[in-house]
Parts: sequence; C-alpha cells; structure tokens
Amino acid sequence: MSKVVVVTSGKGGVGKTTTSASISTGLALKGYKVAVIDFDVGLRNLDLIMGCERRVVYDFVNVVQGEASLKQALIKDKRVPSLFILAASQTRDKDALTKEGVGKVIEDLKADGFDYIVCDSPAGIEKGAQLALYFADEAIIVTNPEVSSVRDSDRILGILQAKSKRAEEGEDPIVEHLVITRYNPARVEAGEMLSVDDVIDLLSVPFLGVIPESEQVLNASNSGLPVILETESDAAEAYEDVVARFLGEEREQRFLTEEKKGLFKKLFGR
Amino acid sequence: MALLDYFLGQKKKKSANVAKDRLQILLAHERSARHSPSYLPKMREEILQVIAKYVDIDPEQLSLSVDEANGVDVLELNLVLPD
Ligand SMILES: Nc1ncnc2c1ncn2[C@@H]1O[C@H](COP(=O)(O)OP(=O)(O)O)[C@@H](O)[C@H]1O
Ligand SMILES: [Mg+2]
Repeated sequence: MSKVVVVTSGKGGVGKTTTSASISTGLALKGYKVAVIDFDVGLRNLDLIMGCERRVVYDFVNVVQGEASLKQALIKDKRVPSLFILAASQTRDKDALTKEGVGKVIEDLKADGFDYIVCDSPAGIEKGAQLALYFADEAIIVTNPEVSSVRDSDRILGILQAKSKRAEEGEDPIVEHLVITRYNPARVEAGEMLSVDDVIDLLSVPFLGVIPESEQVLNASNSGLPVILETESDAAEAYEDVVARFLGEEREQRFLTEEKKGLFKKLFGR
Repeated sequence: MALLDYFLGQKKKKSANVAKDRLQILLAHERSARHSPSYLPKMREEILQVIAKYVDIDPEQLSLSVDEANGVDVLELNLVLPD
C-alpha cells in the first residue's frame, strides 16, 4: 500500500525541505521505495539539499504538463538505492501545477510500486500549499517553537481537516504528526522559548520528536547531503528517531534537555 | 546570581509563558471562526442594523458566535449597551 505524506507548516523557513530530505532518505534506508517531490514551483531547493541539482533534466511541471514521462524526470539518488527525487521547476509560475495533473502523477507513482510519496510543501496556506497536501494520507507538521510558526501550523491543520481530498470525500482524516525543529533546550530552560509540552498542548497533534538547532544542518546543506546521513550529528540521530517513530516504533524522546556541562568543562571550556 | 535570577524570575513573567498564553487565546479564537457557519458575518451585520434602529451602539461591542455546549449548538450574542 502506497502512502502519500505531506511535509507542511504554513510558515516558511521552518525546516520543511530539510525534514522532507531527511525523512525520505530515512524511509528509503529502511528499505522502502520512496519518491520525494518538490512542490515549491519557482523556488526549487530540494534538489540542492539532496545534492542532485546538476542531474535535473526534467521536472515535476514537465511531467504534469505531459512534456516528459515520470521515468525521465525521476532522479535516482546516488547514495540510497530505493530513493527517487522529483524536482520542482525553476522557471514556471505557481499555476503550472493543476489538481488533475498532480493527482495523475501520484497515481502513476503508486502504480510504479512506491511505498512512500513524500510531498515537500511550499510555504503559505494558499494554492501551492493546498495542492501539496490535497492527496495526503499522512501529514508531518513542521513547527518551530515560536509564536508565528505555531499559529501558522494551526491554520494549516485547519486546511488539512477541511480541504484535503480525504476531507472532501468524507474518508478517514489525514493522520497528523508533529515534528518540532530548531529546538534550543537551553533557551527553553531559560523560559525564552516555548517548550515541547507547550507546543503539543497548543496544537494537540501526536508528537514524533524534536530536531535540535544544529550547525550540522547548514554543513550538510552546504555539501548536498540530507542531514540524516551526517555521522555523529544530533540532528541526524533526531531524524533517525523521528523516522522510526513514524513507522510505529517506540523510542524514548531525546534532545529535550540541554546537555549539562560538568564542573570541569565549565571551568576549562570544552 | 542564581538567587537574584530567582527573585527576578518571580517578578517578571517568562516570555515563553506570555507566548503560550497569547497563543492559547488566539488559536481558540481562530478555530471557532474556522468552524463557525458561513452565514455568521452577514447575520451579524443585519442584527447590528436592527439594534441600531433602537439604540446607539458601537458595532465593535457586539460579539456573536456559535458554540457547542452539551451536544447542542448555541448561538451566543453579547452586547454591551452604552450608558
Ligand atoms: N534543526 C536545524 N538547525 C539549524 N538550522 C536549521 C535546522 N532546520 C533547518 N535549518 C535551516 O533553516 C533554513 C530553512 O530550512 P528549510 O528546510 O529550507 O525550510 P523550509 O523548507 O520550511 O522553508 C535553512 O537555512 C536550514 O539550513
Ligand atoms: Mg522548502
């Protein structure tokens, strides 16, 4: 059974693309056949984060408009065998995607035997974001512990519950998951940042985990590596946990508290 | 220092708590607006016109909402009359 998973947030710059790249890579590492689609038409970035920007010949819009076949446009990942990327168009405008066209591509991917189709949503709550979530079976809500991000997540939840295909056709609702990214435990402890419990309380969405604020995310994106593949990185381990929990595994939460520095470290630095 | 922080902390509410309180109010408001029937804004206008025939009111003072209570939908109308 194929599953369509949208990674969405309302607000921009919260970590959707970072999360889409790492979760799709993580699912493929578990042996699933995964396609990750960049819905951010005009502002494509997923190809850069996945490190395949120089191999994009045809994109999602070309396929939707019948100018290329899915086979021609899907880019096979160089590191993980069962992972494929469908890049967004750099040049077209947002209206180049239609509901029918996107629906057809998703149907074709299902028929091709993809287990997971991960949709990296553009920012906003308008047409582009609505199209990215329309066909979803599950949603990963990416939220930063910050007022405008929480508010926008709540608005996108409203759209998931009212304007998705599942909602319109009266099927079971989209299964929602919360991922809190760019989490800074020290600032939470200082009372300067909303805590995980605060955000869960406010949004009431089942929680997959936190991704700590980490320099490794920038390093990874510099080299075109999904951060989950970065060795010895908190962010990589956090994404690995999130993927496992998404697949139903029970794992204790980590990275919620600041690593306490011992007296020695306090006195002599690191 | 820690002791000082403790006393200061007692006085000044932590900004994360302020954020949470504000969001709680805002999200509740936005959710009820999302779930309210689509005729509500127009009905609100018409009710205001009727009331304005009799009393001089500030339109801002009228709050109108549909809430669920004990399994039934309740139309709640609240209006503060001028002195
Ligand atoms: N956990 C994190 N720690 C530090 N920086 C992060 C983290 N997650 C994302 N970022 C950075 O935030 C910026 C926006 O991330 P991106 O995934 O492109 O967001 P979106 O797709 O929601 O717009 C990028 O510069 C990215 O490197
Ligand atoms: Mg993005």
